Amino acid sequence: MGKNKTELTETQIKIKKSHSLLKHIKREWRLYTFLIIPILYYIIFKYIPMAGNIIAFRRYKGGSNIFGTAWVGFRYFEQFLKDESFWKAFANTLRLSISYILVRFPATLIFALLLNEITHLKAKKFVQTVSYLPHFISLVVVCGMVKEIVSLTGPINSLISWLGFEKIAFISLPDWFSTVYISSGVWQALGWGTILYLTAMTNINMELYEASAIDGAGKLKQAWHITIPGIMPTIMTLLILDIGGIMTAGNMQKILLLYNPLTQDKADIIGTYVYRMGISGGNFSYATAVGLFEGVIGLILVTSANMLSKKFTESSLW
Amino acid sequence: MKIKASKGRRIFLTANFIIMALVVFVTLYPFIYLIAQSFSSDKAVAAGLVTFYPIDFTVSTYKYVLKKAEFYRYYGNTILYGIAGTLISVFGTAILAYPLSKSRLRLNKFFIPFCIFTMYFSGGMIPNYILVAQWLHLRDSVWAVLLPGAISTFNLLLMKSFFAGLPEELEEAAAIDGMDTYSIFAKIIIPLSKPIIATMCLFYLVGIWNEWFGPFLYLDSKGKWPIALWVRQLVEGASNVETGSGAEESQITATIKSTTMVLTSLPIICVYPFVQKYFVKGMTMGAVKG
Repeated sequence: MGKNKTELTETQIKIKKSHSLLKHIKREWRLYTFLIIPILYYIIFKYIPMAGNIIAFRRYKGGSNIFGTAWVGFRYFEQFLKDESFWKAFANTLRLSISYILVRFPATLIFALLLNEITHLKAKKFVQTVSYLPHFISLVVVCGMVKEIVSLTGPINSLISWLGFEKIAFISLPDWFSTVYISSGVWQALGWGTILYLTAMTNINMELYEASAIDGAGKLKQAWHITIPGIMPTIMTLLILDIGGIMTAGNMQKILLLYNPLTQDKADIIGTYVYRMGISGGNFSYATAVGLFEGVIGLILVTSANMLSKKFTESSLW
Repeated sequence: MKIKASKGRRIFLTANFIIMALVVFVTLYPFIYLIAQSFSSDKAVAAGLVTFYPIDFTVSTYKYVLKKAEFYRYYGNTILYGIAGTLISVFGTAILAYPLSKSRLRLNKFFIPFCIFTMYFSGGMIPNYILVAQWLHLRDSVWAVLLPGAISTFNLLLMKSFFAGLPEELEEAAAIDGMDTYSIFAKIIIPLSKPIIATMCLFYLVGIWNEWFGPFLYLDSKGKWPIALWVRQLVEGASNVETGSGAEESQITATIKSTTMVLTSLPIICVYPFVQKYFVKGMTMGAVKG
C-alpha cells in the first residue's frame, strides 16, 4: 500500500511538471519562436547528414533517396578494411596530425611565453598583429604561396643553391611532404594560437610574480612555476581539442590543395581518400563508411581525452 | 646580486628581441616574396632572381590581370557572396543565440546540447554532399555555398555568452513598459550588441571570402565562381606544368599567379590590422564562457 502511494505521488509530480512546462511554453512562446528557423537549419544541415551516414550500411545509387535502397550490413567496412590504400591513408593521417601537433603545440606555447615577456607594449602589439596575419589568408592563397616559395625557382632553392647544394623539388618529393605541410601549418597557426594563452596569462595574479621575484626567482623559474601552472587549464583544453581532432582535423582541404599524384603516397589522408573515393569516384556508400569510421574514432578520441583531463587536471571541455 | 640579475635579464631580452624579429620576418617574408614577384618580369622570376624586391620592375602583370573581364566577375561574386552570406549567417546566429542565452527557458536544457553536439560529431563530407547536391538539388546554386555552413556553432556560443552578459534589468523594464519580445530584441538587444555583431560579421565575412571548397564541390558554371576558386585553378594549372600534365595552361606564369594572389588577399591585408582586435575579443570571450 505504501509503495502504491509513492507511485501515485510520482505520477502526480510528473503531471504537475508537464502542466507547468505547458504554462512555461505559453508564457515564453515568443522567445521560443526565435528558435524555429535556426533549429530547422540544424536539423537539415547538421542532423540529416548525420542520419545520412546510414548509407554506410546501405546501398546508395544516387538520386533523391538519400538514405539508400537496401541493407548491406558491414560490407563496405569489410571492403575498406581490406584496402591497402585505406591503411596508407590511415597511417598518413596519424603521422601528419601527430607530428604537426608535436611541433605546433610547444611552438605556440613558447611563443606565447616569450610574447608575455615583452614589456614594450607597442612592440608587443606589433609582433602580435603581424603574427595573426596568416590566419586571415585564404587557404588557396596560402597553398599557392607555399608552392611558390618551395618551387625550383623560389627563394628557398635559391638559398640552397647559393650554399652550394643541389636544388630540391620539394612539392613533388613524397619524403618532403610532411616538412612542407607542418612548417606551413606552424606559419599559419603560430600567432593565432597564442591568443588564449595570453588571455589566460593576464588573469594570473601579479603578486605571485612580485613575491617570487623577491625570493630571487628568474624569468625561467617564474615561467615554470607560475605562468605555466596558471595557464594549465587553457593548455589542457587546447590539447584535448587537438587530440580530438587527430583523425578529423580540417586539414583535408589543405592537403587537397598541396598534394599531387607524385606525393600522394605520403600525403593522402582519410579526408582526401574519402573525397577521391566518394566525390571523384562516385562510391558514395563506401566513402561514407570510411568517413563514419573516421568520425566515430574522432568522437571516441575527444571523449576519452576529455575524461582523462577531467581526472588529472580538473579542467575539461564539458 | 642586483647587477647580476639585470645582466641575465638583459641577455634574455636581447635573445627574445632576436626571436621576435625572426618570427616577424618569417611571417612576413612569403608576402614580401609574393609582392616582389608580382612586380617582376617573367624572365627574372623564371631565372630565380627575385628574393626580396622586384627585379626589372614592371606593372604589366597588374595591367594584364586588371584588364581581364573574368577577374572582375570572380571578384564581384566574392563580394556578393560575402555580403549575402554574412547577413544570413549573422541573422541566423543572433536569433538562435538570443533564446539560448536565457537561462529561464527550460527547453534550453535540450536545445543547447543539441547544437553543441554538432561540434563533436558531424555528418561527414559525403552525406553532406548528397544532401546538398542530390536531395536539395542545390548543385550549381549559390545557396549550396552559403547555406550548409550558415551557422557556426562556435560563433553561436560566442554570441550566446555575449547576450547572457547583458543586464537583464533593461529587458525587464522594457517588458513592463509593454514592449513585446520581438521589439525588445530589435530595439534593445541589437543596439546593445554592436560589438559582438561586428565581430560576427567579420568572422563570417572572412570565412566566406576565403572559402573555396564549397564552391569547388558545387559550382559547375565558372560564371558563379568566387575569386578563391579562380586562384586555385591558376595555381593548380601551373603546378601541373611542373609535373608535366597541363601543357595548355603553361601561359599562366608565376607572375600572374602571384598578382592574383596579392589582389585576392589585399582587402584582408589592408583591413585586418584594424579589425583583428574584434577577432581576438571573440576568441577570448568564447574561452571564458563557451
